[in-house]
Amino acid sequence: MTPLQIIFLIVAVLTLGCAVMVVSTKRMMHAALWLVMTLLGVAVTFATLESAFFTVVQVVVYIGAIAILIIFAVMLTRPEIQEKEPALNRGAWLAGLAALLVFAGLAAGLSLLPSFGSQRPPAAVEDIAALGAALVSPDAYVIPFEVASVLLIGALIGAIYVTGSQQQP
Amino acid sequence: MPNFWQDPIGFIAAWLHSVLTGWGLPTEVVDFLLALLGAGVIALGAMLFVIFLIWYERKLIGRIQDRLGPNRVGPYGIFQPFADMLKIFTKEYITPEGADLVPYNLAPILAVAAVLLIWAVIPFAHNIVGVDLPVGLLFVIAAGGFGELAIMLAGWGSNNKYALLGGFRAVAMLISYEVPMIFTMLVPAMMANSLNLNDIVRAQTVPFLLTAPLAAIIFFITQVAEAARSPFDVVEADSELVAGFMTEYAGLKFGMFYVAEFLHAFTISMLFSVLFLAGWRGPGAEQFPLLGVLYLFIKTFVVYFIVILLRGSLPRFRIDQTLDLSWKVLTPLSLVAVFLNALVLKALVEAGLGGDSLGAQLLRAVILLAANVGVIWLSGQLMGQATLRERPVVSGPRPLAVSRPVVEQQE
Repeated sequence: MTPLQIIFLIVAVLTLGCAVMVVSTKRMMHAALWLVMTLLGVAVTFATLESAFFTVVQVVVYIGAIAILIIFAVMLTRPEIQEKEPALNRGAWLAGLAALLVFAGLAAGLSLLPSFGSQRPPAAVEDIAALGAALVSPDAYVIPFEVASVLLIGALIGAIYVTGSQQQP
Repeated sequence: MPNFWQDPIGFIAAWLHSVLTGWGLPTEVVDFLLALLGAGVIALGAMLFVIFLIWYERKLIGRIQDRLGPNRVGPYGIFQPFADMLKIFTKEYITPEGADLVPYNLAPILAVAAVLLIWAVIPFAHNIVGVDLPVGLLFVIAAGGFGELAIMLAGWGSNNKYALLGGFRAVAMLISYEVPMIFTMLVPAMMANSLNLNDIVRAQTVPFLLTAPLAAIIFFITQVAEAARSPFDVVEADSELVAGFMTEYAGLKFGMFYVAEFLHAFTISMLFSVLFLAGWRGPGAEQFPLLGVLYLFIKTFVVYFIVILLRGSLPRFRIDQTLDLSWKVLTPLSLVAVFLNALVLKALVEAGLGGDSLGAQLLRAVILLAANVGVIWLSGQLMGQATLRERPVVSGPRPLAVSRPVVEQQE
């Protein structure tokens, strides 16, 4: 095993452990903090693949924005710092089954890829400009990109409507 | 072996490398040790530099407020921070009842680490830089996210209503100011065609402060807000929230927040110098990198002086005014700044002025400056009209301290 593989295994185990803690810890706030650790683990995985751009974007988007919004919501909605209810309810095993099925489906799908199980090709220099051009080029990903932006704008307008309508008598 | 004056860090690294391999260590271990040493030197250097910054800021604030400032310990009171440091070391650690222990203790460390992370990518000279990251600008934004996380953890973990209120305000304010900050960071990246901080410095034959003054001003304001400095210190707001998110901290943990605050103020000045004041560029900086470090620090201290002057002279905004400024003024203006620079630059390139010669660059700079000044004047006019708008009078004046005629009262 190369040192990189050892680092990858350690990071993978830590990420999965943190992910388990997200759903099993009692305090809502701690779940949010474990989620931050999980997302950080994913960022480190990107780093072991020598992709500086995706590492940093993972931190900016998921920790800098999404995790902070989740923590903000938890801070606003939890009445007490200590929580008493159990973390799992009766639907837990169903959710576990669904997660297993999704994992099996993904693993089966990935194993069909021709490069499955082979060594990673030597890292090329990361070309951010090519990524940016691909996002706005009609030959590449402009339609998924635009669909995603329309979806986000829809979510924004929906959020404004939901919060605004409560103030009316 | 590189020449010391042309590549000081490379010279020291090569020398240490030869010494350590001479002791029989394998090359990989030596490389690892040197990387560790470099990271340690930058972090430790920044932390020790704070001792000087604290003295400098207290002295300056004293002069602004017509006081002497620290003047008892050593010449000009320069050893005052050491006395403060010893005092803080010996103080008691107090953990409030019901505190959430891990977030409570993690927050001060994270606050300092978030600022130190920015130092890792700052180019001090063209070859004195921690990590020459291709996405340095994004890395700076990511490091800022950890700073917000630290303030929220402190606010939540303390189990104190003032701390929690400080945490709420921090999230509301820091997230709002991140929007115009990222938009204005886009302008230097766009004009330099790169996210690498060193490339951005190299592209500034004419400093971006002159070619994109609108973006520079907005970036400066948002950075002062990101560092939660006065007039944007609603996060601590001593007169409203005791000390905001750090109410429950004592001893060295409070000291960590203190260090993070001062270091952050200096770091934003440095970031501004790198992005808009051409960083290490100056006569002879390519030849002698140490001169570049000197230029960067001179520029940084000029910006830092303005930051301190703002702190010393402006009263604190209310929280609603703070958010209004961000969402209603800075965010639209930053969008205008991005589009203005992009369109004018593209038009100039299409008109055949896209050359790299000094004349073409100066001409582009003049046209961009004129366009920016025009937009700044226009937005100033618009904002002036908004402030001068007549507001509905709710009730007549009710003065409290009016001397009533004695005769009327007797009737």
